[in-house]
Amino acid sequence: MPPYLRISRLTKKFGGFTALDDISLEIAEGEFVCFLGPSGCGKTTLLRAIAGLDIQTAGRIEQNGRDISALPPTKRDFGIVFQSYALFPNLTAAKNVAYGLQNARTPRAEVARRVSELLEVMGLSAHGAKYPAQLSGGQQQRVALARALATSPGLLLLDEPLSALDAKVRVHLRHEIKQLQRRLRVTTIMVTHDQEEALTMADRIVVMNLGAIEQVGTPLEIYREPASPFVADFIGVMNFVAGTVVGDRAVRLGHTELACELDGLAAGTEVTLAIRPEDIVVHEGRATEPNTLTLRVDALAFLGSLFRADLVGDASDGVFLRADLPVDLIRRRGIGEKSMLSVLLPPDRIRIYPGSTVHR
Amino acid sequence: MRLFIGVIGLYLVAALALPLGLMLAKSFEGPREEFVGLANYVRYFSTPALFQSIGNSLWVSILSTLITVPTAFVYAYALTRSRIPFRGFFKTVALVPILVPSLLPGLALVYLFGNQGLLKAALLGHSIYGPIGIVMAEVFTTFPHALLIILAALALADARLYEAAVALRASRARIFWTVTLPGARYGLISATFVVFTTVVTDFGAPKVIGGQYNVLATDVYKQVIGQQNFQMGAVVSVILLVPAIFAFLVDRAVRRRQVALLSARAVPLEPKPQPLFDLAMLAYCVVVGLALLSIVAVSQFAAVVKFFPYNLTLTWAHYDFDQKGGGGWASYYNSIRLALLTSVVGTFVVFVGAYLVEKARGFALGRGLFHFLAMLPMAVPGLVLGLAYIFFFNAPGNPLNVLYRTMTILVINTIVHFYTVGHLTALTALRQMDPEFETVSASLKQPFYRTFWRVTVPVCLPSTLDIAIYMFVNAMTTVSGVVFIYGPKTELAAISVLNMDDTGEIASAAAMAMMIFYTNVAARMLHLLLARWLERRTQAWRRR
Repeated sequence: MPPYLRISRLTKKFGGFTALDDISLEIAEGEFVCFLGPSGCGKTTLLRAIAGLDIQTAGRIEQNGRDISALPPTKRDFGIVFQSYALFPNLTAAKNVAYGLQNARTPRAEVARRVSELLEVMGLSAHGAKYPAQLSGGQQQRVALARALATSPGLLLLDEPLSALDAKVRVHLRHEIKQLQRRLRVTTIMVTHDQEEALTMADRIVVMNLGAIEQVGTPLEIYREPASPFVADFIGVMNFVAGTVVGDRAVRLGHTELACELDGLAAGTEVTLAIRPEDIVVHEGRATEPNTLTLRVDALAFLGSLFRADLVGDASDGVFLRADLPVDLIRRRGIGEKSMLSVLLPPDRIRIYPGSTVHR
Repeated sequence: MRLFIGVIGLYLVAALALPLGLMLAKSFEGPREEFVGLANYVRYFSTPALFQSIGNSLWVSILSTLITVPTAFVYAYALTRSRIPFRGFFKTVALVPILVPSLLPGLALVYLFGNQGLLKAALLGHSIYGPIGIVMAEVFTTFPHALLIILAALALADARLYEAAVALRASRARIFWTVTLPGARYGLISATFVVFTTVVTDFGAPKVIGGQYNVLATDVYKQVIGQQNFQMGAVVSVILLVPAIFAFLVDRAVRRRQVALLSARAVPLEPKPQPLFDLAMLAYCVVVGLALLSIVAVSQFAAVVKFFPYNLTLTWAHYDFDQKGGGGWASYYNSIRLALLTSVVGTFVVFVGAYLVEKARGFALGRGLFHFLAMLPMAVPGLVLGLAYIFFFNAPGNPLNVLYRTMTILVINTIVHFYTVGHLTALTALRQMDPEFETVSASLKQPFYRTFWRVTVPVCLPSTLDIAIYMFVNAMTTVSGVVFIYGPKTELAAISVLNMDDTGEIASAAAMAMMIFYTNVAARMLHLLLARWLERRTQAWRRR
């Protein structure tokens, strides 16, 4: 099946600054895709190029088999929700939703029916006659969503739609939007800088940095197998330690040799070893297994459901790792600051990146 | 959209850029329209009677600025930083000078300090006709303009800064110098330049009370009306443009910096009661308020008595304008027509123009040029604009020649003359709207004019009313812009004031000036009622 949206070799320059650098991407019909990255990475520029708001400098965009590269926004098929919602302040919620439906061809009764249906879906039936200023942030957000969906667009664009809301409402709406998108099967692109939002909502995540795509993948792929140190660092928490390749399947880290997957890096290559705090396992009792390090607890931070421990090696090897330890383990073993721990770094959980730049 | 920008842009070009350009060209021409290079300028600067006016203009402008700005600052300080009662009333009183032509304070000062004036002795033998009178009249005229700017600057105060200063045990004087003044400094600079420009370009006050003291603005008038020397009038106009444009540029630069200061979210300051300080401030406001009101009161009193202050028998004789030197009652009705037309047409043109500049996408060069033309009138004195109109519209080859001496040309001129403030008001209102409204509409397949009509106009309605009343009031009071281009059938009330003063009918001049005042007061009240009514009808969404 051909992709619903095909972006080929898209470049956008603002004067001398390259905001998008040769972006290619395909999105399937009904997919929920998140553009994720730090501010200034180009994710909003890409969204605006897809909407026709900032026409690209070079490259091509096809939607549903149609070349839309040069079309103005009015000629494209999309609905959009902004961070500010951009609700018309002088129109009621119902009139905002009706805004795109009102034209000479649609009978009034038909418009009214569609509006009340959308308000119903959004749980806003009681609020149709209210003005935006009289609605809560979450309600305003839903009105904006209803307005964008009213014309049944083929593509829904969400530009940081949740970042103006407080945490509780945000989590709730995340779920609601995802449900709605599943039900309507509308192809959706959401721009966000919030990794948790992307991980929980997206079918696929496009991680962007400095105007280029770093990695495209499912949330699990992005988290478990980050393609670059940037992705590894941007998504979740990651330990980075500098090391040197010493054999076919081993890396030296301070005084210790660790087994891991090397992907054919030659011996002597400087590498960065990465492992997530939750993948570090504490041995019960004395350990003699391979891939074990003996480290001292330098600090313990209580995070509610677990402890995060800062673990350090002796001064000469400079190893520093953060590990997530179960509350129960800490209590049972009486672990405190200055305790010595034997920790296992499972070979299949270690990722190796060429180069020795240690990210923190 | 480009078409609309083009149409309004063309209006600004024809009504502003071309006339000014032609005037500049005229300053390099001799009496038979031959090119003479800088000869006119050389003659200007070698005629002491002419170039002395530059010094005179600068002197009265600097003096007026030095008096007005501190006076207005203390007044604004009292209104924002003390707990004096009747703050609304004091603010209203201070805005009275906006509603009268700048000829009026001159007339009142003649009654008070003139050769037969009540308080002549107070001048210790000096004559009111000259710099003293000009400065007094200008302080009256510019006071509300300075006050409004400084009030806006002081209103921005962040209470947290004051709390931080108090927590650091700073003394009151130290807080004033380190928090209050720096916070208001852009407002003070802006007020300084606005006052300076207004005085340097004002024609009304020096005309009425300047006597033999020549300034640039009266020189333009004398060259054109008195000596029919249009080329020299153009030279003086160009010279008059220099300080005005300089002040305008500095003011723009300063205002741009103030925007950055505004961005942080501040906690509004609530002044605490301080009995002694509050009392002093109240006394100050009463004194300043009385001074302002007395100017208006004297004019009104003089207009209804036989011969102020010697024969105080009440009489309506001075209102028999048809028998006096001016344009009679017809000029008053002309003024109302001009004000209404300017207000309606001007608001429409200005608002649509600002909308196009702000919301159109692409076409950056055209929009930039348009914006420049919209800002230019602020720097162009009315007399200069009027003289430029003579050159442009009276040129034999110009098809627009038919407009000369009609009401239409007065409307065109007045809209352009007061274009900038309306443009800025509209821009401010438009910029407060979410920039994504147009995007959302485009995604909903709605044409831009539908969003303009259903969302932009209703949301900006209060601002458009503000532009309308501003245009109305200024069209009623302006003299300088129209004094060269009115015709026998289109004489205006403010021009009548000028002409009756010229023929010695001072009481009638004062009576007519007060008619302008009452008309403006009525217009303002109507504006207030209309705004309230419209707010109830169309701004329900602003209430939570």
